[in-house]
Amino acid sequence: MNIFLKLLKVDRRFIYIFIAIVVILPLLLKPKFPVVPSQPVKDVYNYIENLPEGSNVMISIDYDAASMPEQQPFLEALLRQLFRNKLKPILIVQWQLGAPLGTMGLEKIAKEMGAKYGVDYINLGYRPGYVAQIVGIGKEIRDYFKVDYRNVPLDSFPMMKNVHNYNDIALLVGLEAGATYLVWIEYAGGRFKQKIALALNAVSAPDAYYFYQSGQIVGLVGGMKGAAEYEVLVGKPDLAVAGMASQSYSHLVIILFIILGNIAYFIEKRTKSKEGGK
Amino acid sequence: MLKGKGIPIFITFLVGMIMIVSFFIPHKPFGDIEKISLNWYSIIAGFTMLLGVDSLIGMHFRKVKRKDENWFFSLVLIFGFVATVVVGIIETVRFGTAFDDKSYFTYIYNYFIVPLQTTMFSLLAFFIASAAYRAFRARNFDATLLLITAIIVMLGRVPLGEQISPYLPKFTEWIMQVPQMAAKRGIGLGISLGALGVSIRIILGIERSYLS
Repeated sequence: MNIFLKLLKVDRRFIYIFIAIVVILPLLLKPKFPVVPSQPVKDVYNYIENLPEGSNVMISIDYDAASMPEQQPFLEALLRQLFRNKLKPILIVQWQLGAPLGTMGLEKIAKEMGAKYGVDYINLGYRPGYVAQIVGIGKEIRDYFKVDYRNVPLDSFPMMKNVHNYNDIALLVGLEAGATYLVWIEYAGGRFKQKIALALNAVSAPDAYYFYQSGQIVGLVGGMKGAAEYEVLVGKPDLAVAGMASQSYSHLVIILFIILGNIAYFIEKRTKSKEGGK
Repeated sequence: MLKGKGIPIFITFLVGMIMIVSFFIPHKPFGDIEKISLNWYSIIAGFTMLLGVDSLIGMHFRKVKRKDENWFFSLVLIFGFVATVVVGIIETVRFGTAFDDKSYFTYIYNYFIVPLQTTMFSLLAFFIASAAYRAFRARNFDATLLLITAIIVMLGRVPLGEQISPYLPKFTEWIMQVPQMAAKRGIGLGISLGALGVSIRIILGIERSYLS
């Protein structure tokens, strides 16, 4: 009994140490966990699988380094699928500090898959003013992106010759850490009927479920778990799958802490009521 | 004649009506007006950054000057800010973009900004664990229901849940798609209707608190 009461006053640094251990150890020992893809993730994967060869897929980098562990593995898995299916990624950035992350992921996978810049993929970089830009792309992409991320004119790239607006983009995939996706859905989806798939941080994924249910987005990838499911679907388990063991054990430890905290709470409550009765 | 507060109220009414009409009729001339308005909005929003920078640097500068508690961290912030801006400008002039592979700005980004941002976000895991332990109590029926649901979702959203029972992830998905959605839709509709009401009041000049 006393132990539980003492637990109520435990130094929070002990909790921090426990969490650190259950996050770090699985990353070192690499235990294997089965990852079963969920329906919202499968819907994104299947939609892309059914796109005709040569279709343009716009990827919007709407995250920064804080969300890198959740979003970067999905970006890489997505790019592997796109290049494998001879689809053409067009990368744009709405969060300025995400620009190098997008470029890093794109260049890494393009090199791995033997894709050629300007022919198989393009990186348009960051432009300020995302609402104006998302509306503007509906008319002409060149109004906002006359040049790519290295200031090379867009028309000098073969793959961009026939790309003008959303009519030329088969799917928009938004990798989202904030609320930029609402503007994509409101303008690109609502006004221009652009098909949209979203990958959101785990903390904000529940907010996008009603867009998935209503068919406003074709599918939804939520957090590192969603990224791990996508890696499994693409057939190349990577960083997200590796992170699943850490996430599983840390969830388990948090649950154990909650249970212990509640046991201690009820013991304390009972002790107090007994003392009150005397 | 318009005078005093009548001028900003008229401008708000005019701009608000243009944005509403252009949303539903995105063709000439409304489409062009919308495009211009959104570009202006981007430019004005850009200038608000100056206000933020002024406020941030001003506050930390005063802390350093008065040698307040933890003033050294304020000094680090000012130094970091100035160094990043200076290096960013120099490298943009040198390479045409601050994010060139050989740029020192890229070095700052890779070895300072990325680790700092990821560390800040990672700290959440520790705070959530500590907060859950101290505050997540089954005090009444509602709290107990929330607690049980949270535990199911926490297990069902990781592969460990699949190992405990294949039904756990399916049940979690049901929780996310049905009860969670019901509450979210209610909140979403409430927020949207509220925002709509406030917007109409501002456009019609009934709500004027933004002028004070």
